[in-house]
Amino acid sequence: MTITDLSSILDGPAQAEGFDPGISDEELLHCYRTMQLVRAFDDICLKLQRSGRIGFSIPNKGIEATQVGAASALRKDDWFFPSYRDFGMAMYHGVDPTDMMHNMFGNSLDTARGRQMPVHFSFTDPIHFVSISSPLGTHVPQAVGAAYAMKLRGEDKVALASFGDGSTSTLGFHSGMSFAGVWKAPVIFLCQNNGYAISMPSHEQTASSSYAIKGKAYGVPGVRVDGNDLLSVRAAVAEAAERARAGEGPTLIEAVTFRMGGHSTSDDPSAYVPDSEFAEWRDKDPIDRFERFLIQRGTLDVAEPELIYADCLAQVDAASKAAQATAPPALETIFSDVYAEIPDHIRSQGQAAFELAGRLGEAAAGDGAFPL
Amino acid sequence: MANMTLIGAVNDALKTALREDPSVLVFGEDVGKKGGVFLATDGLQAEFGADRCFDTPLSEDGIIGTAIGMAMNGLKPVAEIQFQDFIFPAFDQIVSEAAKLRYRSGGQYTAPMVIRTPYGGGIRGGLYHSQSGEAYFCHTPGMKVVIPSTPYDAKGLLLAAIADPDPVLFMEPKALYRAVKGEVPEGHYTVELSTTRNVREGDDVTVVEKAADMAAEKGISVHVVDLRTLLPLDESAVVEAAKKTGRVVTVTEAPRFCGYAGEISAIVAERAIEYMEAPVVRVTGFDTPFPNTLEHHYLPDARRVIDAIEKVANF
Repeated sequence: MTITDLSSILDGPAQAEGFDPGISDEELLHCYRTMQLVRAFDDICLKLQRSGRIGFSIPNKGIEATQVGAASALRKDDWFFPSYRDFGMAMYHGVDPTDMMHNMFGNSLDTARGRQMPVHFSFTDPIHFVSISSPLGTHVPQAVGAAYAMKLRGEDKVALASFGDGSTSTLGFHSGMSFAGVWKAPVIFLCQNNGYAISMPSHEQTASSSYAIKGKAYGVPGVRVDGNDLLSVRAAVAEAAERARAGEGPTLIEAVTFRMGGHSTSDDPSAYVPDSEFAEWRDKDPIDRFERFLIQRGTLDVAEPELIYADCLAQVDAASKAAQATAPPALETIFSDVYAEIPDHIRSQGQAAFELAGRLGEAAAGDGAFPL
Repeated sequence: MANMTLIGAVNDALKTALREDPSVLVFGEDVGKKGGVFLATDGLQAEFGADRCFDTPLSEDGIIGTAIGMAMNGLKPVAEIQFQDFIFPAFDQIVSEAAKLRYRSGGQYTAPMVIRTPYGGGIRGGLYHSQSGEAYFCHTPGMKVVIPSTPYDAKGLLLAAIADPDPVLFMEPKALYRAVKGEVPEGHYTVELSTTRNVREGDDVTVVEKAADMAAEKGISVHVVDLRTLLPLDESAVVEAAKKTGRVVTVTEAPRFCGYAGEISAIVAERAIEYMEAPVVRVTGFDTPFPNTLEHHYLPDARRVIDAIEKVANF
């Protein structure tokens, strides 16, 4: 693969008679179902947000193949440093949509204990899906540091840092690439070039001829793949992981894709994305493309997609109902986890807040467990 | 016991930690072969190898960002920022990431790491080699901020910081690196964080200092408290010291407005005002950038501190 060519398996080798992807049917179907699950999660979150039950959501429509393709090339003991548009990676490896919905509602079972906005997931089981923060690019050098630890201990794990095209302008991208190149750290940089950084079109984000070419300056090989083709993304990440595990260092992968919606539920893309661009990418929908491939080779029956999507919707709907029925976090969660042990000044602030809430009759269920 | 400078004690602490714990790493700009611009890491690379003590590219953001990833994944990074004046590219990593990681993940991910950095004036370093940036970081829940002022404390506090489960900014007063000497025990010992040290017992005025001992020879008995850890602060010790004399002077090198001296003043006002015989007076740097040629006028030196003590004592 080279930087200027856009490598696509679905549009290329997969068209040939008797093409063998080298992946079991079971695995292909798991990838397909995960993409549908991501879309179902998105669709339900949009409804929840529009009906005022959650405050915010980040749509993934159009990006599913990049997320799931990348995750499917990595192992459960690898580390994921995701962006906020990456939760298909967690779903692929078995994170329960109910645990994700707890975060969307910021309830007492949310791993972030209701402290973060929705979509800022954090999981350690069954994979390290590292806690997401809102500042962009900060996680890139962190992935390099985690990868350095793997290398120092002689483990054959890799770290994946995933980010959008806008993040390539951040400090973290440059320092992360620079350090990883020098250290030959076992890390994969996945740039999801999804067309826009909120409203900034990708071609105005950089004067470089591609995002993949940016690797060259850091001595990091760069490849550019069709991000709406699960097989292409999977193959590129698998190759990068193999290089990393063999001690050959980092790879920068640019997955060319498109955000078929707003940046978030607070954003109206019609103000800056031409209708024609949406129409063009609608024809390249990553789920439809993978579906056609699976049907063509007989892995999927024509009647199945609808059933699978309905099943995913039911699963996410049940998750959402369970999360809605879960109590909000107790007042003490404001004051805990700032430090390993609560220091005196925070303890006394917590006691004052709890005393005031009690005096004003505001103490809700769960507040009585205030352990300060 | 050995007689050591403050920087010698820092070096000894790092060697002790590297020897005892294979997960400890020391890195930053010029810390490897050169041993640091002040020689705080002298000899570490030779003894422990370039995997555990190494130079990084010139990027503070990269140094702290990678340190956070290492800390998350089981290592104990001790990162050096060459001068605190250059820490600001890493401000986002410290404030948005290291300090908030435990909180935002409900304790699933943590960043137990130490950021060592020389700070403060007195070396004719001008605007960019002299600043005291503690207030920025003390305003950041999740961080710990530690400043030693003796060789004994430097080693004991640094070893405590390395063992601590939370991110610690370890600010080293560079003017004292070779200006103070003291007895330092061999091997491992710690000085507990968030404790204060009474430098001098006295009855008339309490001086809350973050750095050196000072002399007040005008017949006023001065009680000097070294805070050792600015965050989390041992507030009770400050309040008790204030109650003892009813007269407090706080001394910091940083600019006054929104500075740490003001926080001490507020704590005393909130918790001990009925004991106070005089206003709390701050002796600080001026609300200007740090000057070069005239730095001796900028620094809160003995003549300015004594001036304030006399005002408070005679109020």
